[in-house]
Amino acid sequence: MHDTPSETRRVRLSCEEADILLDNLAAHYRLFAPVRLPGRGRFSDQDAIRYAEVHTVHEIEHARRSHFSPKEILFPVSQTLFYLMDDALQEPQDDPRDMLVFLRACDIHGIARLDDIFLNNGPEPEPYYARRRARIKLALLECRHSLDEHCFCVAMGTNRTDAYAMAVRCDEGQLLVEVRDDDLRPALPASAAPADFTPEFPTADPQPVVVPDADRLQSAIRDHGFFAHPMWADYAKRCIACGRCNTHCMTCSCFTAYDIAYTEQPNAGERRRVWASCHIDRFTDMAGGHAFRDENGSRMRFKTMHKIHDFYQRFGRHMCVGCGRCDASCPEYISFATCISAISRVLEER
Amino acid sequence: MSTDLNTKLIMRNAYRITSDRRHTCLRVRVPGGHLEARHLSLIQHIADTYGNGTVHITTRQGFEIPGIPYEMIPEVNRALAPLLEALEVAIGVPLDDTTQGYPAAGTRNVAACIGNRVCPFANNDTTALAQRIEATIFPNHYHVKVAVTGCPNDCIKAHLQDFGIIGQAAVEIDAARCIGCEACVTNCRKRVTGALELQNMIAVRDAQRCIGCGECVLKCPTGAWSRNPHKFFRMVILGRTGKKNPRLAATFLEWAAEPVILAVLRNVYKFIDEHIDRSLPKEHLGYIVDRIGYPAFRDALLDGVALNPQARVAERLDFHGYWHTADGIMQW
Ligand code: SF4
Ligand code: SF4
Ligand code: SF4
Ligand code: SF4
Ligand code: SF4
Repeated sequence: MHDTPSETRRVRLSCEEADILLDNLAAHYRLFAPVRLPGRGRFSDQDAIRYAEVHTVHEIEHARRSHFSPKEILFPVSQTLFYLMDDALQEPQDDPRDMLVFLRACDIHGIARLDDIFLNNGPEPEPYYARRRARIKLALLECRHSLDEHCFCVAMGTNRTDAYAMAVRCDEGQLLVEVRDDDLRPALPASAAPADFTPEFPTADPQPVVVPDADRLQSAIRDHGFFAHPMWADYAKRCIACGRCNTHCMTCSCFTAYDIAYTEQPNAGERRRVWASCHIDRFTDMAGGHAFRDENGSRMRFKTMHKIHDFYQRFGRHMCVGCGRCDASCPEYISFATCISAISRVLEER
Repeated sequence: MSTDLNTKLIMRNAYRITSDRRHTCLRVRVPGGHLEARHLSLIQHIADTYGNGTVHITTRQGFEIPGIPYEMIPEVNRALAPLLEALEVAIGVPLDDTTQGYPAAGTRNVAACIGNRVCPFANNDTTALAQRIEATIFPNHYHVKVAVTGCPNDCIKAHLQDFGIIGQAAVEIDAARCIGCEACVTNCRKRVTGALELQNMIAVRDAQRCIGCGECVLKCPTGAWSRNPHKFFRMVILGRTGKKNPRLAATFLEWAAEPVILAVLRNVYKFIDEHIDRSLPKEHLGYIVDRIGYPAFRDALLDGVALNPQARVAERLDFHGYWHTADGIMQW
């Protein structure tokens, strides 16, 4: 039996059928999804929720947001760019298999932002990212409502998407599945019962977040000294520059690179690229020891402007996708959503 | 007629002989130092009805209810029964008859810092462990003080106990997540023991220096560090206050699993029973060990105990304290 091409299929799967689907998919794809790592959370006896390879449906954490975002699948925390041995240089072999990543609507938009940075920002696409990006398909984990108080995807316009190969809803132990991608359709178990399922999306944020108008913001910066506004001085007193807002963010994409020589074999070594972030010390260090954003309020301002102004000026959409991870991870309870709403208020009052 | 009392029995029933000839004072235990607030109303009731309407909060996380006439003790014990059921029987302490009050008072309330129910530094649920210890060693007439603390900050002052249990985190690094930011390295150097350094831009831990405080997990922005979900404990022993030789407890075990901690505590009582100087009204454990020596004490504590492979036992005890008689001020 063959499906007509480009025909979306919507089915309801029992637990067993859902695992058959995953088994079938796993024949061609490595499957990545948020999973719960018991006791590995920041505080003892709390779980970490992180992206990892999965093989069964029950491993997938459906209810909660992952602490770290799925960006690390495309843009690893630490990545060897090449090995060096005397004069020879060799790129590491990346796993050649295709990947299917389960993620939420905001994160699917987040991948589009990463694409902007890594593929569309310069004359050449960034090859390491591009290589992985070409091997990835996206599976939407439906959010019918905001996951928790940190979400503000509706305000950022990232609550809806159709940029997915398949979508799933966990429904009382069963899995509702929509498959749009021709390549994935054959993986559905033959026994799958048709169902009337198209993913729903959140239509309201738990608290209203007001995104500043980018053009008004630009004029405030250029003509009205907005960078000197006292709100940044307040963040200077609150932010401890721990960098968690950056490392948990779906769209922070800065990195640095360094070379190391192996201790046992000093004529061999590697160049590594690692995440680097605007809140973390040394991000702006220059030769001679000067750092131009030493003070934490200016780092908060820089991040905020990048997320809701600079990126927009370049790509026509905001970098921030409202996933809420920055707010959920900040130990000092600095809320980015509150910050951008406060900026909107300042612009209104002007 | 004057009051005729067997003070030994009164004290074993957790009532004090006080500076007021007519009145006693009840010591209520709160194992783990955490209780449902509703129990406070019974404590208030006893204080208002039988005592003088006041309550003293002790350093051992108990309540002392003073001003109770000695003859009211049986009635107070009956009123106390629901508390014994809720705070002792419910956590597994074997009590035959909860209407008779506490059957012993020598082994003191097992105290605990607030632990991971509230404190972000904590490496375990200290109250729950303290309750399991209470169920292991109470009731018992020998004077033994135990406290549990969630990290080496030691807010419960485990270092002033006969046995202080300090939660340890076996921290593990996922090197693929380390960005070499040095947040953990700097913090461990400035605030802990300097157990970390960057090697080829990746944080590396010196297991001999690491005390398992877990701070690196708290500091790391990428989640490279995490705690092994298996819980470990450091046991410090024979700390004491008092008149002769106050001192901080010294480390006896490191990286011990909970069954080891419980088994060691069970073994203490046999040692005391064999070695206590019965010519004295009371001999604290620390002074017994001062007479008998650490090697014999260590062997008694570890008798029949299956140490987990990670556990390390102290070769000697390194006490920090002083003797009043050797003190400069006393000599002058
Ligand atoms: S700035 Fe915050 S809400 Fe926006 S994408 Fe980053 S983590 Fe998500
Ligand atoms: S998480 Fe909070 S404290 Fe840490 S760098 Fe970001 S804003 Fe500052
Ligand atoms: S000892 Fe540690 S865990 Fe316990 S309250 Fe103090 S800081 Fe928190
Ligand atoms: S657990 Fe504490 S002592 Fe051990 S490496 Fe981490 S910060 Fe340092
Ligand atoms: S804090 Fe984390 S990322 Fe930074 S050096 Fe330590 S382990 Fe590496």
